[in-house]
Amino acid sequence: MSDDAFVQFSEVQKSYDGETLVVKNLNLDIARGEFVTMLGPSGSGKTTCLMMLAGFEPATHGEIYIDGTAINKMAPHKRGIGMVFQNYALFPHMSVAENVAFPLQVRGYAKSDIEDRVNRALDMVRLRDFGSRRPAQLSGGQQQRVASARALVFEPKVVLMDEPLGALDKNLREEMQIEIKHLHEDIETTMVYVTHDQSEALTMSNRIAVFDDGVVQQLASPPELYERPVNAFVAYFIGENNRFYGTVKESDGDWCKVELEGDGNTVTALPVNIAGVGERTTLSLRPERVVVNPNEGQCDNVLEGVVRELIYLGDHIRTRAVVGDNEDFIVKIPNAQGHAQLEKGQSVRFGWAAEDCRALDA
Amino acid sequence: MAQSDNANPEVMTTSDGTPLKESLRRSMRRNRIKALLLVAPLGLFIFFSFVMPILTMMYRSITNPEIIDHLPRATAELRAWTPAESDLPPESFFRAISLDMLTADEEDRHIGRAGGQLNYEIPGARSMLGRTGRAVTSLDEPPDSWKDFILEQHRLWEDPATYQIMQRQMNPITAQYYLNALDFRYDAEGNIERQPEFQRIYVELYWRTLWVSALITGLTILLGFPVAYLLANLPMRISNLLMILVLLPFWTSLLVRTSSWIVILQSQGVLNDILVLLGVVADDNRPRMIYNMIGTVVGMTHILLPFMILPLYSVMKGIPPSYVRAARSLGANPVVAFFRVYLPQTVAGIGAGSILVFILSIGYYITPALIGGSSGQLISNFIAYHMQSSLNWSLAAALGGILLVAVLILYYFYNKLIGVDKMKLG
Repeated sequence: MSDDAFVQFSEVQKSYDGETLVVKNLNLDIARGEFVTMLGPSGSGKTTCLMMLAGFEPATHGEIYIDGTAINKMAPHKRGIGMVFQNYALFPHMSVAENVAFPLQVRGYAKSDIEDRVNRALDMVRLRDFGSRRPAQLSGGQQQRVASARALVFEPKVVLMDEPLGALDKNLREEMQIEIKHLHEDIETTMVYVTHDQSEALTMSNRIAVFDDGVVQQLASPPELYERPVNAFVAYFIGENNRFYGTVKESDGDWCKVELEGDGNTVTALPVNIAGVGERTTLSLRPERVVVNPNEGQCDNVLEGVVRELIYLGDHIRTRAVVGDNEDFIVKIPNAQGHAQLEKGQSVRFGWAAEDCRALDA
Repeated sequence: MAQSDNANPEVMTTSDGTPLKESLRRSMRRNRIKALLLVAPLGLFIFFSFVMPILTMMYRSITNPEIIDHLPRATAELRAWTPAESDLPPESFFRAISLDMLTADEEDRHIGRAGGQLNYEIPGARSMLGRTGRAVTSLDEPPDSWKDFILEQHRLWEDPATYQIMQRQMNPITAQYYLNALDFRYDAEGNIERQPEFQRIYVELYWRTLWVSALITGLTILLGFPVAYLLANLPMRISNLLMILVLLPFWTSLLVRTSSWIVILQSQGVLNDILVLLGVVADDNRPRMIYNMIGTVVGMTHILLPFMILPLYSVMKGIPPSYVRAARSLGANPVVAFFRVYLPQTVAGIGAGSILVFILSIGYYITPALIGGSSGQLISNFIAYHMQSSLNWSLAAALGGILLVAVLILYYFYNKLIGVDKMKLG
C-alpha cells in the first residue's frame, strides 16, 4: 500500500451472480484531498465500486482501505462517508434544515452546535433562507445543493457523489459542475465522483478513472486522458476521434509506420499501445488536429479525401469526408477569419502531425 | 351585441366578438355532457341503492308516525288535554279512540302498529289496545260512557303515565331511539334518564366495537408491515409469489375463510389437537379459542389483513432504497434509519390501511356472527338483530346512525392529520 493513498482499492473483485465479474481486479489509489471521477458507460462497474466504498455492496474479493483502515466489514454508518445520490434522496418529510441536521443529530452533536453547523453549511451552498422549506418546494439545482450540504456538514473523510447532476438540464448542470468544483477547492475533502458524462468529468476532476468492462482502462488527469489515451476505448470514449485500422509495418520505438486497410496508404504514427510489427492496430486522430489542404511539408501525413457533408455549428463547421476506408472522417474547421471554404463533393487533402496520430490496440 | 362587448374593455372576447368565457363554455359543453352521461348510470345506482336507503333509515330513526297515523282522532283529543287538568283524559278522548278503532279497517289503519310502538315504552300496551279494540268493535250499541267502558278493558288505562307516554309518542320527531341507542330513556315525566342497569347494553357494545376494531387495526399493522415490506423489496419473482399468497385468501369466500377458523380453533380442532399433542395443554383443559372474543379478533384480523397490506405495499413500492441508504451513509444505524427515515414515509400507507381496516371492522357483521359466540358480538350484530328479529327498525337505524357519525368523525380527523389526498389504496 502506497503512503499517499487515502482511499485505496486493492485487488477488488465483485460478482452479483457468481458467474460474471462486474468489477475485475480493481486497484485504485486516491490521494487525500483529491477529486477523482469514475467515468464509464452504464454497466461498466463504476457505480458498483462506489457502492462498495459506501458499504452498500460487499466486495466479493479484495480490500478497500480508507486512511489505512480496511473497511470491508465496517457498517455503512461507521465509515464516515458523505454521499450524494443520483436523485439526492432528500428526506421528503423533513425540512431542508432538518435534512442537513440529520447527520449531526444521529452523531449526537449538541443542539447549539448543530444549529451552527447547519447554518454554515446552508451558507456555503447559498440556501440560508430556505431552511424551513420542504425539499419538494425547491428547484432541482437547489435540491442538489441541499444534498451536497447534507453530505458535507459533518466533515466526512470522503464524499461520494453518484451522478449527482444527472437530473438537471444542461445549463444548470454546467453551473453546478463549477459550483461543486469550487466547493471541493474550498473544503479540500477527498471526493469520489461517478458519472457517464465525459465533459463533466473533464471539468471537475483532478484525475479520471475510465471504466469499461469492470476494469479501469486509464487513470489520468483530464489533459493526459484526452491528449494521450492509452487504448482505443479511452480514445473513443473521451471526446471525438477518427479511427483508422491498419497493420504495423515497422516501428523504431519513437515512430511507427502503419499500412492502412483498404487503400494501402502508409501513415506515420506514435506507437502507444501496439502489439508489435505485423500486428493490427487502431489509429486515433482528434478531429480538431486535422489540417485542411496543408502546405507542402507542413504535415507528416497527408491523405486525399472527398467531402460528403458540411454541418454548420456556429463556432465550427463539422465536416464529414471519406478518407480511404473511413466513411466517417470528421474534421472540425474553426469558424475563424479566412477559414477553408469547402463544398460537398470536393476533393481535399487532409494532413496531420505524426504525434497527433496515436497507434493503439486493435 | 358584439359591438357592446368590444366596447367594454373588461370582457375578453374572441375575434368575432363573443365573450371568451361563453365561447369556452360552449366549446367545452360537449365534453361536459359526455362526461356526465358516462357517470350517470353509476350516479343513479349509488343514489337509489346507497344514498336513498341511508336517508330513509336516518329519517326512520327520528320519526314517530305510528300513533299519529293509526290513531288520528285520539291524537287530536289528547293534544288538547294536559295532565295538569286531571288524572285521566276526558270522555271526548275515549270517544275519539273508539271511533279510531271502529273505523280502522275501512280507513286502512292498523291499531296493532300503534300498539307495537307504545309497547316499546309501556310493556303491555299492545295487548291493551288489542283487547280494547276487539271489545269496541264487538259492541252492538255505544255505551253511556266510553270512558268507563274502556277503563274496564285493561288496567293500564287507569294509569296516568299511559297517557303521558302516548302524548310524547304523538310527537312526529323523537329522540327516543337515539336515547335508547345510548342506553338512555324518557321517564314517565318525559325527563331523560339512564336505562336501568340490566338494560344498558349498547354503550358497552360501542366501546367493545371500538376497542376491538382498534385492536384489529393494530394487529394488522404489526402483521402486515413486514409482509408489505418484503413485497415491496424482494426480487420480482419471489414477491409475485408472496403477493399471490396475500391475495389468494382475499379471493376466497368470506364464509369459507371464517368457517375454516372454526376447524382450526374449536376445542377439538387442529390447533388444540397440536397443543395437546405437544403437551402444552392438558387434554381435559383445552382452551376455548372460538365462539368468544378471541375467535372474533383472530378471524377478523385474518380477513382484514389484505386491506392493510395492499395500501402499505403501494406506498412502500414508491420509496426508493436510496432514502435508507442515504440515512445510513449519513451516519444513522439501521434502527435509527428505519424509525426516522423509512417509517415516516410509510405514514400515508399506515393511515390508509388503518382507516380502511378500522372502518370495515366497526361495521363487521359476518365473522362475529359466525365465530364470535355471545361475548364476541359487535354492534353490527345487534343492528342486524333489530332489523331481522325484533323488527325495531327505528332503533336499528339509530344504532347505525351513531356508527355512521363515528365513521365520519374518524374520517374528518384522518383528513386533518394525514390528508385524504395522500391516501393510496393499492
